[in-house]
Amino acid sequence: MKPLTLTVSPDFMPDYIAGWYIFNTWLQRQLDVNIHLDLYSDFAEQRKAIAEDSVDLIYANPFDAAMLVREKGFTAIAAPKGKPDEVVLAVPAASSIMSVEELSEGVQVMSTDDPVVNLIGMMMIESADLHGENTQVQMVDSYVLVAKALFQEQAEVGFFLEEAYHNLSAFVKSQLRVLLSSQIHVVTHVLLAGPALAERHDDLQHCLVNMLELEKGKGVLESMGLSGWQAQTQEDTEFMIDLMDTLS
Amino acid sequence: MQDIRPDDVVAGSDEQVLVYHDGSSRKVLVVEKEVPFPEGKLIVSRTDPQGIITHGNQSFVEMSGFTEDELIGQPHNILRHPDMPKAAFQELWDTLSRGEKWSGYVKNLRKDGAYYWVLTTVVANIRHGEVVGYTSVRRKPSRQRIAECIEHYRELRAKELV
Repeated sequence: MKPLTLTVSPDFMPDYIAGWYIFNTWLQRQLDVNIHLDLYSDFAEQRKAIAEDSVDLIYANPFDAAMLVREKGFTAIAAPKGKPDEVVLAVPAASSIMSVEELSEGVQVMSTDDPVVNLIGMMMIESADLHGENTQVQMVDSYVLVAKALFQEQAEVGFFLEEAYHNLSAFVKSQLRVLLSSQIHVVTHVLLAGPALAERHDDLQHCLVNMLELEKGKGVLESMGLSGWQAQTQEDTEFMIDLMDTLS
Repeated sequence: MQDIRPDDVVAGSDEQVLVYHDGSSRKVLVVEKEVPFPEGKLIVSRTDPQGIITHGNQSFVEMSGFTEDELIGQPHNILRHPDMPKAAFQELWDTLSRGEKWSGYVKNLRKDGAYYWVLTTVVANIRHGEVVGYTSVRRKPSRQRIAECIEHYRELRAKELV
């Protein structure tokens, strides 16, 4: 029987790559199924795999959850505990910009290809009458490069996933200043299962929600930078998708 | 829906009567005091298909000045400010009934008579092909757009009063 395929949203922290491999091994033992972990270097490559139905289980970026649930029939299993996707807008420490409203037309924005960070980031500068057509958005491969571009004054404002911003070194952060942090709370990555796993939905949810109590579960979670999973109902995910639809 | 009571309102209020689309009316007390939109947050609420509030996030409750218990089960127009033209809400419902999402600038009334401006987007919650409710998400609006809306809404209101 062909193994199932697990993949992870390409925006996970590089420090946790090994953790996802450990999780995959742990999960296979718990469910007694063959699962192969495929990691993609960018969102475009991962979306191509999803379009080709090559993914059965995915730790999905909230932006991609809409397509997975509504077009590909994926169902919600669990979301990481206490880990919403929040966004930080940062400027160079010496910038004269003190509020979003001081950003002006033609502003140079530096970001990565993370679709949810870009969606929320653009929403946060909207109050300055800024949008895709009157801003210059440049994308780089990592948040470290976003930070570098800011303190080299190649951009006036940068969009960061909050977790990534706080993981920057103290030296890098000392050269930046937080302009605004989002506090949306309900937008989160979510583990979704495809139709091939429909019959194992309850088993999968049970073992994730109880992972802390299961053998080696705590250590595996730590290796992924997570404190646990909380059950995510289909309606929780549908609500998040509706909410993001209003922002797009 | 209950009238706003004088005890709930800050000093210097002006009494006005709102007449809703179904012919019902409500006495409200209005003061010229704007409450700023909470930075970095979204104000989120959900209603059933008839526009009755079923859920609101913490920002929704805090900005309204009501308690959560006072909001749940009430029509969404409990937040209607008398400066809002009826035409704006007619456009909202017409847009939603075409199956599209609606966005617009809205001046909302708080329980204490003050107000807050929002950029609102409303989408239908479609489950298994049926509309089971609506989600309304408000974000911080641009002051430039608000200034334009104040003028535009004043004109619309004047036409409605003729």
